[in-house]
Amino acid sequence: MEKLNFIEQFRTFRRNCLSQGDSVVPTIVVPAGTCGRASGANELIRVIEQELADKGLTEKIGLRVTGCHGFCEMEPYILIEPEQTFYPKVDPAEIPNIIEAVVRGDVLEDLLLKDSESGRIMQKQDDLPFFNKQVRTILSRNERIDPVSIESYISIGGYSAMVKVFENGDPKWVISEVKASGLRGRGGAGFLTGLKWKMLAEQPNGHGKFLVCNADEGDPGAYMDRSVLEGNPHSIIEGMIIGAYGTGVTEGILYVRNEYPLAIKHFNIALRQAREIGFLGEDILGTGFSFDISLVKGAGAFVCGEETALIRSIEGKMGEPRQRPPFPIQKGIYGKPTAINNVETWANIPVIIEGGAEAFAKIGTKNNHGTKIFSLVGKIKNTGLVEIPMGMTIKEIVYKIGGGPAGKSEIKAVQTGGPSGGCIPANKFDISIDYDSLTEVGSIMGSGGMIVMDKNTCMVDVAKYFMNFLKDESCGKCYTCRKGTQRMYEILDDISKGKGTSAHLRLLDELAHVVKDTTMCGLGQTASNPVLSTLRYFKDEYIEHIEKKRCPAGVCKELISYSINENCVGCRACVKACPEGAISGEKKQRHFIDTGKCIKCGACRNVCKFEAVDV
Amino acid sequence: MIRDTEALSSEEKDCLQESVNSKDILGIIETHNGKLGGLMAILGDIQTEYGYLPEQALRMAADETGCSLVDLYGVATFYHSFRLEPQGKHRVCICLGTACHVRGAATIVEEFERQLGIKVGQTTSDGEFTLETVNCLGACAIGPIVTVDGHYFSKVDITKVKSILEKVPDLKKVPAGLLQNEEAKAAVSG
Amino acid sequence: MVNLSINGLNVSVEEGSSLLEAAKYFGFPIPTLCHMDGLSPYGACRLCVVEIGEGPKAKLVSSCTYPAEEGLKVRTASARVLKARKMILELLLASCPQSKTIQDLASAYGVHRQRFRQEHEDCILCGLCVRMCEEQMMAKAIGFRGRGENRSIGTPFDIKSDVCRLCGGCMYVCPACRLRCTYNEPEKAICGACANLSPPCIEKEQFEDMMCFMDPCVACEIKKD
Repeated sequence: MEKLNFIEQFRTFRRNCLSQGDSVVPTIVVPAGTCGRASGANELIRVIEQELADKGLTEKIGLRVTGCHGFCEMEPYILIEPEQTFYPKVDPAEIPNIIEAVVRGDVLEDLLLKDSESGRIMQKQDDLPFFNKQVRTILSRNERIDPVSIESYISIGGYSAMVKVFENGDPKWVISEVKASGLRGRGGAGFLTGLKWKMLAEQPNGHGKFLVCNADEGDPGAYMDRSVLEGNPHSIIEGMIIGAYGTGVTEGILYVRNEYPLAIKHFNIALRQAREIGFLGEDILGTGFSFDISLVKGAGAFVCGEETALIRSIEGKMGEPRQRPPFPIQKGIYGKPTAINNVETWANIPVIIEGGAEAFAKIGTKNNHGTKIFSLVGKIKNTGLVEIPMGMTIKEIVYKIGGGPAGKSEIKAVQTGGPSGGCIPANKFDISIDYDSLTEVGSIMGSGGMIVMDKNTCMVDVAKYFMNFLKDESCGKCYTCRKGTQRMYEILDDISKGKGTSAHLRLLDELAHVVKDTTMCGLGQTASNPVLSTLRYFKDEYIEHIEKKRCPAGVCKELISYSINENCVGCRACVKACPEGAISGEKKQRHFIDTGKCIKCGACRNVCKFEAVDV
Repeated sequence: MIRDTEALSSEEKDCLQESVNSKDILGIIETHNGKLGGLMAILGDIQTEYGYLPEQALRMAADETGCSLVDLYGVATFYHSFRLEPQGKHRVCICLGTACHVRGAATIVEEFERQLGIKVGQTTSDGEFTLETVNCLGACAIGPIVTVDGHYFSKVDITKVKSILEKVPDLKKVPAGLLQNEEAKAAVSG
Repeated sequence: MVNLSINGLNVSVEEGSSLLEAAKYFGFPIPTLCHMDGLSPYGACRLCVVEIGEGPKAKLVSSCTYPAEEGLKVRTASARVLKARKMILELLLASCPQSKTIQDLASAYGVHRQRFRQEHEDCILCGLCVRMCEEQMMAKAIGFRGRGENRSIGTPFDIKSDVCRLCGGCMYVCPACRLRCTYNEPEKAICGACANLSPPCIEKEQFEDMMCFMDPCVACEIKKD
């Protein structure tokens, strides 16, 4: 790739990129993020390539492999451009038919998605309620580009925000734009990004400063950062260049989880391309401004998402958070001023600069501007990533976009904010999704995980799950966090095994408040939230476990037993599924479970089509 | 727990020496030393090379980087993806993210433990399998997720455990599922 | 100088002082376990928490690590602080009941029982020994390993350390079992602090389980072998 030395050269290069895309041919788009690949997108790509080559159609039909578009439930799916025809869960065997249809300009209606209520066929992506209720500022770019091609990113307007900033030439303008946009940190705390940058710019620049992109997305159940990094790594680089220009920083770092190999790969490729073309390095586009980004891989520690722990980790130390003040903005990596922003925050920067702060501020509600990506997962029909304007209600997300419960069981809560967040009960689903309302109901925005729970989810078990997670992920320095999470787990474990008492419940509540109060970092201070929020909204479930020794959701193994009721038609499906051979019965006759042998794994219940297995 | 290296026979010591190629390790250290996040990269690369962090390699890294052995050992034990024991030939990793958990990941862990006869974190006596868990792989929509040597298995339930283990010998070692196109392949090899 | 108020008293202290130093200087007692003059503050035990700020923004911070700030309002013994300290002591008693230091503190704060499952740990991971070894003895023979519930203190690879000079500093500063190994006769070796354990250095076979990093022990001179 030829290095671009002037802004004028960039314009020419961009025109070339655009003209290549001029010849409009139908294009097959295959989303292939980590989840797409795990669902079989690779096989689809192979078959499509083979088919196009065999039929000599490589010139007539395009193929674009992209990152994740968000609708993971329907993967592996394909989109046919320009009509945006949406084929869900594509069987590789159907590929030849689909390609033939594309050649004919036809649509295979049998393979399209149908509306479950009206039976209406939904051909286009925008016909799907999952997509058409969203405002996809960030995610929509994922489907338009090939993540490993910088030309592809430039052809949809990429790096023009960077050039706009260079042409303006005033770093203060960058900060004032970001401030005016009202963008708040998407990592969860919601600090104003513009304010953070202003503070960084005002720090003395004696020995250098750092900008960090925090891609240590540790919240279990959240994966929007992975999707953006995999699907559009250049947008992060562009955002960071703009931020660096505004704050006068020359060194940037992407700190990314080791568990995201594809994101690391794509980002490394993007870094190499950006250096080759001259967007990173010395004297970028002849502006005299220099900036480069290094990639640092984490090694599996949730606590490193905390700013001061992340800094320690970059320095090659144990990821123990430290006391603030001094704040990272004053003393960060190697004691130098450091500003840390989340992946999604960075991805919003080019959008703000390109479209203007005013346009950005129009999206969302007061003090909560722009869109936010959530990962809607758990017991929900349409799992996937959804990008919504701030201020939408939980109800709209769960029922309109998410399509309601996955099975027949009613939804009873959503859990937001990961282990630091809380469970919001269904009767609070009318609240608007913004930083402040979520905090009010005892949860937090967090990085955007939204895990849907139904009547078959036991809230004691959920609290226990998070405590198990936290007692392992706590760095262990603060006594109350280390021991407190262990003791909370111990009590929850007792309750889930029917050994709990009402004194336990009081102790749990007391301890949870002290842990929240006395620990130093964000992890410890929010570690009690899963317990406190479930105690607040689902105390009856705790009491049921304690007084009646019953788990109403049928999850806590010690408190349940499986049996087969008269619905059983004797299909033997459960007999085959049982790993212990605990089920007996003749064909077409009601089966029985030998409770002595039963390990309560639930395999029988999962396979039964007649709701004949009771808990 | 106190163990004395002097108690090792000379033969055992030789084994310890031979297992680690000091030239490779010095090369790794030289590549990253002094850079931002260098220490993490050194440990990461040593682990990629050997599958774990051999004691001798850690001692060399401490000598070369000037980081004390105590601190380096602390880092190596703090982060979960670093391992100090040799691993099995195949690495079975079960995701325990929240989304996987509410869909029953815990019972899948139990089933793997039963099938393999080991607990999480252990390696089978024949050295074939190491069983691990991870706190979220970020593929929450298609959980529960199990990865074997980098290959993803989605929507796993307890009845699929056996068939996954049976498939393992046929899986290619390279996480081929993670390469995208020609350019990506070139970038990785280059 | 920095001006702040401690328990309603307006005071000024040198810039860079911690709240603990400031409070102590003006005679307000704050209990500590992981703090020792001459070692860097660490903030692990959380016993020294004090309340700062007002209204909904009031919060607890560890006074040993929090710097004195201009205009700060500090309360060293508010109801919230005392409630937290009592719970911390209860947690400590539940895990490390044999420590004389912990027993005394619990007694001083009126904590007479604990409601958790009783454990007998010999380390509260306060890190005094680690800092002693590094900062005063310049040895770095022991350090923290692991994280969360698996965090521990010891030598790398659990092998006798090359850099340990058997100074005994680590044992000297240990609050969990301060009097361990002061004597080498069985009757006297029982200091009462470790009454739940066998006298550590006396029964050799117990030696390996002890949090003793020295071999031989400088106090009782009993060798492992």
